[in-house]
Amino acid sequence: MVTPLIGYLLVAAILFAIGLAGALTRRNAIVVLIGIELMLNAANLNLIAFWRYGPHPEALTGMMFAIFSIAVAAAEAAVGLGLVISIYRHAQTADLDQMNRMKG
Amino acid sequence: MGFPFWIVAALTIAGGMAAILLRNLVHCALALTIAFAGLALLFLQLDAQFAGFVQILVYVGAVAILVVFAILLTRGAETPKTEGVFSKTWAAGLVIAAAVFAVLAWAVLQSLPGLPHETGTATASVQQIGAALMGRYVLPLEIVASLLTAALIGAVIVALHEKKEEAK
Repeated sequence: MVTPLIGYLLVAAILFAIGLAGALTRRNAIVVLIGIELMLNAANLNLIAFWRYGPHPEALTGMMFAIFSIAVAAAEAAVGLGLVISIYRHAQTADLDQMNRMKG
Repeated sequence: MGFPFWIVAALTIAGGMAAILLRNLVHCALALTIAFAGLALLFLQLDAQFAGFVQILVYVGAVAILVVFAILLTRGAETPKTEGVFSKTWAAGLVIAAAVFAVLAWAVLQSLPGLPHETGTATASVQQIGAALMGRYVLPLEIVASLLTAALIGAVIVALHEKKEEAK
């Protein structure tokens, strides 16, 4: 019998790839942050799935890891979106292709 | 792994796809909310009630609203009519993402026989989680608390108006 864990791992892998594609291909800085959030959530799904089907669920290790990861991701989202707003105010654009002042 | 899992998984993946493919940024934020809600449902299916509700409160409740605010503050709701929404190097990014997915899926499928499969029910009551947070994980909890305070102050300072001289 196939363990149900494989389904969750594959869904997490697909979500991670979607988030990475979004972060790498979109021009708007906010969609890049959305992609990063999707990647973090895919990692959380892996942590919870391994906690559920792992040998020692009563130790709560994966669950705690996921909860702390959510807290850190919330802090990251707040600071990242603040940075985007600040850059927009400075450069009057959120288009990453136009932010090339540091290009050599 | 029954029918509900596949429905929720398809919903989550469709939400994620829409979040990065749609042209209008407000639609992107709405699709992102669907993906977050689908992930919360997946957590609930994994018997992780606390993580599921934290996901709803933090992501659907806070991060999605924050994204909408950022979109509206940067006038991102005005979709560029002529230019595309994808970067000039989108092909390379797509290839990298596909390669990463191929490696991840290969690793998961290769390790299929060795994956743990405990059939017993795993439950984490809020009482257990609270006791663990106040006992074994109290130091990380304090560090996260100071990190959140620093992030709060930092986000406000970074996004603060720089026109103080004019206001005086």
